Amino acid sequence: MKEKEKILIIDDEKVILEAVSKIAAAEGWSADSASNAKDALTKIEHNNYSLILCDIMMPEMDGFQLLDELDTKQITIPVIMITGFSTVENAVKSLYKGAIDFIPKPFTFEELTSSISRGLKYREIQDKLNESKNSEESGSVFYVPCPSKYKRLGHISWMNLEYEGVAVIGVSDLYLETIKSITKIELMEIDDLIIQGNSCAKFETDDGLIHNCLAPISGRVIERNEKILSDPTLLEKDPYFEGWLYKIIPSDIEYDIKYLVPCSSDRL
Amino acid sequence: MKLNNVITKIGLKLIVAVGVITIAIISVYSYFNLRAQSNALLTQAEVHANKLSEIIKKSTHSSMLLNKRNEIYAIINTIGKEPSIREIRIFNKKGRIIYSSQKNMIGKMVNKSAESCYVCHTANEPLEKLSINKRVRIYKIHPDSSRILGIINPINNEKSCWDADCHVHPKNKKVLGVLDVTLSLKDVDKQISNSKFRTIIFAISAIIALSILIGFLIRKWVVKPVQELVRATNQVSAGNLNYTIKELGTDELGILARSFNNMTKKLAEARLQLFQSDKMASLGRLAAGVAHEINNPLTGVLTYSSFLLKRVKNNPELQEDLKVIVRETKRSREIVKSLLDFARQSVPKKRNADINEIIKSAIQVVDNQLSIKQIKLETKLEQSLPKITVDANQIQQVFINLIVNAADSIEDKGGVISISSAVISLSPYGIAQIKSAVCPKRHTLMDDQVKIQGMPSVKVKAVSNGNEGFINLDPVYGKHRHNYGIDIQDGKNVQISCPKCNISLIEENVLCPKCSSPVYTFEDPPYGMFEGCANPECNWQRWEAMDKGGQKNYIEIKISDTGKGISKEDLPRIFEPFFSTKGQKGTGLGLAVIWGIIDNHNGTINVESELGKGTTFIIRLPIQSNR
Repeated sequence: MKEKEKILIIDDEKVILEAVSKIAAAEGWSADSASNAKDALTKIEHNNYSLILCDIMMPEMDGFQLLDELDTKQITIPVIMITGFSTVENAVKSLYKGAIDFIPKPFTFEELTSSISRGLKYREIQDKLNESKNSEESGSVFYVPCPSKYKRLGHISWMNLEYEGVAVIGVSDLYLETIKSITKIELMEIDDLIIQGNSCAKFETDDGLIHNCLAPISGRVIERNEKILSDPTLLEKDPYFEGWLYKIIPSDIEYDIKYLVPCSSDRL
Repeated sequence: MKLNNVITKIGLKLIVAVGVITIAIISVYSYFNLRAQSNALLTQAEVHANKLSEIIKKSTHSSMLLNKRNEIYAIINTIGKEPSIREIRIFNKKGRIIYSSQKNMIGKMVNKSAESCYVCHTANEPLEKLSINKRVRIYKIHPDSSRILGIINPINNEKSCWDADCHVHPKNKKVLGVLDVTLSLKDVDKQISNSKFRTIIFAISAIIALSILIGFLIRKWVVKPVQELVRATNQVSAGNLNYTIKELGTDELGILARSFNNMTKKLAEARLQLFQSDKMASLGRLAAGVAHEINNPLTGVLTYSSFLLKRVKNNPELQEDLKVIVRETKRSREIVKSLLDFARQSVPKKRNADINEIIKSAIQVVDNQLSIKQIKLETKLEQSLPKITVDANQIQQVFINLIVNAADSIEDKGGVISISSAVISLSPYGIAQIKSAVCPKRHTLMDDQVKIQGMPSVKVKAVSNGNEGFINLDPVYGKHRHNYGIDIQDGKNVQISCPKCNISLIEENVLCPKCSSPVYTFEDPPYGMFEGCANPECNWQRWEAMDKGGQKNYIEIKISDTGKGISKEDLPRIFEPFFSTKGQKGTGLGLAVIWGIIDNHNGTINVESELGKGTTFIIRLPIQSNR
């Protein structure tokens, strides 16, 4: 059994720190907490955390500033953002700034654990990637990056303008790599409104977790991929083409696209 | 009552003015009328006196020839008893009164220089022929007595005189004596003064009648409507915006009343709208605040209860109860979320819309205001504009604000506002704007502090000859209004880097095709790489993704006015928040908000202005091409 994964929770609200710590301990992770970003930064320097959970709205230094600070210090610990002020913009902006996931407050035990497990898995893949780079064993593929004409929301989902104002959206392979094999997929109905940064699909995995997938852009569903409902493995096999989720009519593509990362930048 | 005073003053002024004019007219008229009248009366009296003296002369003629003095006396006395005749006398050449109706005067000498004589005797040598005017004299014995008209009638020598048996008068004498008749002008004077009195009475009654009439009409036409208007303004200032003035006719005050009614109506609408938006804004703030505050405790409840739920899998009874807690907490979460959604309503709600329709509805809103200010509105809208995705409400707000600004700049002298819309096709060069420049490490290079023509600039760090400084690059592709915070001597030897992480932005192995200087580059997601020559003297730039897109179509809306214009110093600052040329009248936020809205629609807004001639705002909104 390898060493316990260490998680740092940053929030100015005591009840959150306690709850998250307790849940982390119960799930077999070791949790550390900081009530402000400054304390957190010193703790990060002296400990080896696998994952950071960070509130956005904090006094003095907010979550975005912390992200910037980690970036300048070249600290690559994955960060999951938490905030009570769950506006779409905050969620999307934090993903654009380098956070790997986003949990809107208030969250349930399941939402928290699934997000943490994805984060730890992400860290694992990251480590493996670095290892393979160092050992110059290049060629080993851990996940498939999205096609270069696509645009992605963090490392979670992608969108591609197909034709005449219709966009196709789906899940990125890296996201799928961070979850166990899917046993059940829950999709929204046709004509439902998808909102950027909000959950647009639920994946149940064989470890009993339920994972939410955040939508890359807003729009109205005109078609959903019925094939993946009957065969969830299709999603894992070909997430960028056959395994799409929805076809939607974007409501404000020009606005939404601001915080999407072009997949072409992954191939530099 | 203040109002009554003011109104009485207007009435009084009018009455005084009209009174003075009436008096002037009547006095001028009466003066000439009375003069003509008294002249006519005098002439009549003269003629009458002359005739009388002729009659006396003729009737005494035979008696004189026969030297029947008693007869002459009798005749003179009889005639002299006539009340209007004051005295009849005859004097001889020497001036001795021979006959007189007043007996005590007979035998007395008349002073030749006295009134009745001086006409003829001024030159000592008596005149022999006199016109009637010269023979008449008008005088007063006492200042208070009535006037007296005297007429002399010379008794000329004639054949029958010198042929008479008495031989008193020699043939060579021309004038034998003078008949002098004096008449009292009492009647004439009385008539004249009567006439004067009548005229004055007429003038006074005319003035009184006019004053009453003016007073009455002012009351009817001015006082009552003004009172009604004052009552209405008092009502409005007390907050009753539903008060309307009832029909006040079609005169100027009626127009004022209608305009007043219109104003209160508009005010009421505006207040309602303001109230509504204010209410929405504060509700939104409240909702957001509540949502934020409630989220933390709710998180505590939800995490602990769901955690507990997981731990009591072997206790179905407890589990059921916990499920209720989790379910209800989740419900609370949804309620908070919908509150937040409501608070976010200010986020643009874009839909396909026709810009011309938006312009027309904006004009409808301000039309009244313009016609009150006598501003002519000219529109030149291109038919069949393609529909574009905009937030119609926000865009309409932009047009309304710009039209109102234009109207304000025209002030009260009247002018023209023209609005045009057209589809134009522009190459991205000189138009396309960098909105999200990032370094290879994804640090943003956008600088909101330094704005160039209202647009956030691209801030890069430059090192030249050991000097270090920042350059704020113009975000518009192809325009070179850069802000140099460093003096670059040698354009071929410049280091340009990210101000945050110092990563070099100079492209390796690439030199400017124009001047072979280094080339800086950064990404403008999602529009690819932007390149530019680092040499300040060179203006080479390339934005491949934009160039590839080719010419882009825009809807161009121009709003021009003939107002006072904006000075060159103010022009670059007008889009800055809190910058206002209107002094106390404006908040200085209007154009900043407009800029924000247009920017949010990926459009551009530019301004051209000349002091004293007018201002033109040019808005360009991109037409989304169907990909």
